Amino acid sequence: MAELIVISTLNGILFGMLLFLLSSGLTVIFSMMGVLNFAHASFYMLGAFFGYQLTRWIGFWPALVLAPLLVGAVGMAVERYGLRNTHKHGHVAELLLTFGLAFAIEEIVSMIWGKSPMDYRIPAALDFPAFTVFSTNYPAYKIFMLVVSVVIFVALLITLKRTRVGLIVQAALTHPSMVGHLGHNVGRVFMLVFGVGSALAGLAGVIAGPSLVTQSDMAALLGPILFVVIVFGGLGSLPGAFIASLLIGLIQTFAVALNGSLASVFGPLDPSLGPSPLTDIWNVTIAQVAPILPYVLLVLVLIFRPMGLLGTRES
Amino acid sequence: MHRLIVAAAALAMLGGTASAQDSLKIGYIDPLSGGGASVGEGGLKTFQYLADELNAKGGILGHKVEIVPMDNKTNPQESLVQAQKAVDAGIHYLTQGNGSSVGAALEDFVTKNNSRNPGKEVLYFNYAAVDPSMTNEKCSYWHFRWDANSDIKMEALTNYMKGQPSIKKVYLINMDYSFGQSVRTEARKMLGEKRPDIQIVGDELHPMLKVTDFSPYIAKIKASGADTVVTGNWGQDFALLLKAAADAGLKVNWYTYYAGGAGGPTAIKQTGLDHQVFQISEGIPNSGNKAAMELEKDFRAKANMSLWYPRAVNEMRMFKAAAEKANSIDPVKVAAALEDMKYEVLDGGEGIMRKDDHQFLQPIYISSFGTLADKAKEPFDEENTGWGWHLVSKIETANATVPTTCKMKRP
Repeated sequence: MAELIVISTLNGILFGMLLFLLSSGLTVIFSMMGVLNFAHASFYMLGAFFGYQLTRWIGFWPALVLAPLLVGAVGMAVERYGLRNTHKHGHVAELLLTFGLAFAIEEIVSMIWGKSPMDYRIPAALDFPAFTVFSTNYPAYKIFMLVVSVVIFVALLITLKRTRVGLIVQAALTHPSMVGHLGHNVGRVFMLVFGVGSALAGLAGVIAGPSLVTQSDMAALLGPILFVVIVFGGLGSLPGAFIASLLIGLIQTFAVALNGSLASVFGPLDPSLGPSPLTDIWNVTIAQVAPILPYVLLVLVLIFRPMGLLGTRES
Repeated sequence: MHRLIVAAAALAMLGGTASAQDSLKIGYIDPLSGGGASVGEGGLKTFQYLADELNAKGGILGHKVEIVPMDNKTNPQESLVQAQKAVDAGIHYLTQGNGSSVGAALEDFVTKNNSRNPGKEVLYFNYAAVDPSMTNEKCSYWHFRWDANSDIKMEALTNYMKGQPSIKKVYLINMDYSFGQSVRTEARKMLGEKRPDIQIVGDELHPMLKVTDFSPYIAKIKASGADTVVTGNWGQDFALLLKAAADAGLKVNWYTYYAGGAGGPTAIKQTGLDHQVFQISEGIPNSGNKAAMELEKDFRAKANMSLWYPRAVNEMRMFKAAAEKANSIDPVKVAAALEDMKYEVLDGGEGIMRKDDHQFLQPIYISSFGTLADKAKEPFDEENTGWGWHLVSKIETANATVPTTCKMKRP
């Protein structure tokens, strides 16, 4: 039992931190600009592919710096030439733009790199077990992901809450004309915020690419869970997203570890009833539905606490 | 004047049908866009290569073989639209492989079409949809399957495992849909019969293509003390499962259905699990069969991919043999000729298209993936990893056969 709890907790934290790594950029863009960026997972994919390609050419560590910058540049271009023009038509137009962009990026990536998975490997310097608990290895690379996540969280929080830059960015969202009158270029502020958000997605891609699967449908596969994280944590709340990531990671990991079903709690159904949808539901184990639990949470949160865990506004 | 135009139009139409009769068209209905496209494109290249091969030797009874690509986006509904389009265009042969849900829809389609439109029959050649029900309760006279269905593969696998005393504790992990469920049920049943001493220490179903982190599953496998894992996982569910296992340092043998699928070899190489991942298939590149290996070499040079579907080779070559036996490309006659037809398969050994259910019975290979000791004997690696398939065991046709429950309705 102790083994199960320790290992599940560790796995849950590691997975949760990966989720936060992926969703931090989305939260930044949403909280600072009010844009729900459907293309976020696509920027994450771009990061993974740029990371893969640059790793081939110049090695992992330079790629870790360069690839997010490239993705950030792409993001800024999208904001400058796309979102800024649609902004005046309201949020629906922005949403649709990013929605279309997601498809376009996927097609472009599969045109350049093909549709098969890339051979994107963990750098040799981090390819060793960091520690062993109950004879299960924990790779150094996962610890590296965890550290990066925490660093990003702390850095973002300090920047947004404690610095002048954060002050201007936050003011630009609610009082754009006032900030403009004070002599700040509001357009450029938004462009930079979107760039930083995209770069964070790119960074997540470079780091998660080797440990997950780098291929052209990775964005579509990861997109939904990111929305769960930010809705659950509270749209636009950074600490909320952090806590939500951890919770979802832990819930999912512990659920997988549990083999219980209704049948094991209340005993099997009377066999004379024969096979029916009820017996199916009765025998489904918690482990079987574990990966669906976050989506159930999403629905429940939207019904009972629409602002999410730490959110302050409802949309 | 008016009549002249009508006559000219009629002539043009006649001319059209005449040239259509010259080529023998096969409608290739598989995903060419969307998530399944990488696999569908590989299949298309394979069939086009095989058509070229037949055409170089005069085609089938003098007819040039032409593969008509039709994109179904792995969607049963879309497949039916494409199948109807094929029928309207006068195509009498369809081939499809990806997804048993699509396969079942197509099987139903040809059955209905052929009973409603006598004289315009269509045959469905299935090269990869492995749901056993397609040749059992749902069986159709107009459907022929060249891939071993999942029960047959499990029969072959368990016949191999029977002789491996080192296997003591088996863990089953599968994707939660019809195929994954049939793998787990059959594994339980057949292992129980053949090796009652083997303990099934875990039986896991997880949602399909939804899991990003498999480490909790690996923790369970480890806790169970399993020495062998049997899985029907494919795609990212296979790659992520294996990566999580390697990360945690899990040492077990993996028996898989689809380790060789696109991206599978890359994932295995990344994990460094040398010769610990096994696959059940109807052929392997390094089989040692000279003719098959020459074909593999030529195919790789031309199509720039490995031959994923030795069964497609069997399908196309048998199609030609059946047409020649019937001396006709009329689907009704070809279907009759295919029944109980014996055929020397690509990698050697005799297969037979069982009359009772139209399931092709053939030798099955167990191979392991890893470093290749003798590059002269085993020249082919996969996905440029330097690793390749090594033959572990060949299960003869007799040991790769399961009975059918099909009650075939014959025309």
